[in-house]
Amino acid sequence: MVNTVDKDIRWLPAGDRGLVVEFGNVIDPDINRRVHNLAQSIIESDLIGISYIVPTYRSLLVEYNPMNQNFDSLVNALKTLLNGLKEGKTIAPKLVEIPVIYGGEYGPDIDFVCKSSKLSIDQVIDIHSSANYLVYMLGFTPGFPYLGGMNERIATPRLKTPRTSIPAGSVGIAEKQTGVYPIESPGGWQLIGYTPVNLFDLAREKSVLLEPGNYVRFVPVEESMGKKIRTEVTEGTYEVKTSHFTP
Amino acid sequence: MSNKVFEILQPGMLTTVQDLGRLGYQRLGVPAAGAMDQFAIKMGNRLLSNNDNDAALEATFMGPSIKAISDTIIAITGGDLSPTLNGKILPMWESISLKEGDTISFEGPRAGIRTYICIAGGIDVPLIMESRSTYLRSNIGGYLGRSLQQGDILSSSTPNKEVVKGRKVSTYIVPSYGGDVTLRVVLGPQDSEFTEDGINTFLTSKYVVTSQMDRMGIRLEGTEITHREKADIISDGIMFGSIQIPGNGQPIIMMADRQTTGGYTKIATIISIDIPKISQAQPGDKIQFDKVTVENAQNLLKEFEETIQNAIIDPSIQTDSFGFIPPSIPDKDPLEQLVVDEGVIVADHMGKRYIITQKDGIYHIPINKRGKLKNFDITSSGTSYQVEI
Repeated sequence: MVNTVDKDIRWLPAGDRGLVVEFGNVIDPDINRRVHNLAQSIIESDLIGISYIVPTYRSLLVEYNPMNQNFDSLVNALKTLLNGLKEGKTIAPKLVEIPVIYGGEYGPDIDFVCKSSKLSIDQVIDIHSSANYLVYMLGFTPGFPYLGGMNERIATPRLKTPRTSIPAGSVGIAEKQTGVYPIESPGGWQLIGYTPVNLFDLAREKSVLLEPGNYVRFVPVEESMGKKIRTEVTEGTYEVKTSHFTP
Repeated sequence: MSNKVFEILQPGMLTTVQDLGRLGYQRLGVPAAGAMDQFAIKMGNRLLSNNDNDAALEATFMGPSIKAISDTIIAITGGDLSPTLNGKILPMWESISLKEGDTISFEGPRAGIRTYICIAGGIDVPLIMESRSTYLRSNIGGYLGRSLQQGDILSSSTPNKEVVKGRKVSTYIVPSYGGDVTLRVVLGPQDSEFTEDGINTFLTSKYVVTSQMDRMGIRLEGTEITHREKADIISDGIMFGSIQIPGNGQPIIMMADRQTTGGYTKIATIISIDIPKISQAQPGDKIQFDKVTVENAQNLLKEFEETIQNAIIDPSIQTDSFGFIPPSIPDKDPLEQLVVDEGVIVADHMGKRYIITQKDGIYHIPINKRGKLKNFDITSSGTSYQVEI
């Protein structure tokens, strides 16, 4: 097969059972898309000896079993998959709607964000909920999404002293990033709201709600609606709204 | 079928349920967790005719005190924390039968710091994302997502019918833990972010294990390793054994409970077969890093996997004081079993073929020991043989 795979890809060893496929050295949605496309084609392939993959901003870590694959055979197999992707196979990403109760006891730091950005609460909510955020990757804790695409007008520094415990579902801002805490954990993000939806739920068949490469839209809901959704989530009857999306 | 087997009388310092880890969910940010010393848990499971991935108890430094509440067979492998059975020394790397009411205790670390209490059938806790491993930081898996506490009752799954007591791991395969270790590494993925001096320092200095160590990572201390420009990268994936160098130039080795991603430069990755050595290291131990190629590391792993295929000795097989299996059935002349195959002499023994060479009337059987060849001499006159080390 003719090798049409880009010369700018770096194939880096991570020990005797890891391979890093590096597509670039910047945080960029197009580079990230290439990471997720390769990740998806590995998942759909019948490649043997793959233990797990970790897609990140601009690279993909593949852990493999050296009893089934060696470094060169894996590089070649992945090049073939990349060539396949070049031949026009693209996957439309999923857009996931996350309802959020903004402000008040649910978002104790929203006043600080307003002060720091010189915007009203309504403006902050409006800006935060009118973008489609790309899930560049998951990490930090199970199911924690690193989201890109927040309007810099609401960028706010982290808390000077991190909280020792942040409730699951808290929606926060840290510098130019926004995210949701899937499980209770310590953290230093400015909390502006709360989602009644579980991003991580062991009782659910798919424990982790968001997948790398998905897009997220935050939808403001009133407290009463949020509580109703929470009841449905607890009863297992709530369906998160999803659609396909062309960035 | 599940059977109640253990009551925890004292939990010890940190005792958790672990298997080989929660693999496959790292793309969703779920840490792998799993046994720190994967060789030890594997051999413990093999002694008991379990699957390699069956769950066992991982005890740390000060081991637990456990009462057997039904008859079973166990094996203790890994670091030597001085196990006892009803107060008497309990041999490690061997399948041992327990009677209801027996008590296992540990008197303190002698070599290594993590021991594995494996049980016939494996510890039975619910499978969470295909694994029984405990991930403490998020309370996922294992026994109620936490370390064991006094009064906990543990069950085991139905054992394999072949399980017997008195099975041993060959002495030559049992690691000697503790003290200073050399860890072989493959440079990368971010070795290009370091100066030439930085790489040299990393490969030639000794680093001391600090007390800042847990199941997530082990911090080392020593000569500062210098970066070209910066210590931070755009976060990417982390392996078991990745060596991160943050801005202070001091290595952090990422272990079983590592986060899936991180933003520090990774100078190198420890090769699979050397990771158990660092899992068993304790504060004060000195570490030296030695560079190998990926190909080299993969060949070493394959050789090692082959060697341990034959490392479990059934109780019917007699071993000598070295723990070696005599190369023949004792009451026969060993040479009777030798055959000449295309010019070389080959002996079939325990399902494995040995190529035998003759020198000065002595027959030599090369045995693979961790990549090194050792010769065993058999005299043609009988069953005795000498070990040439």
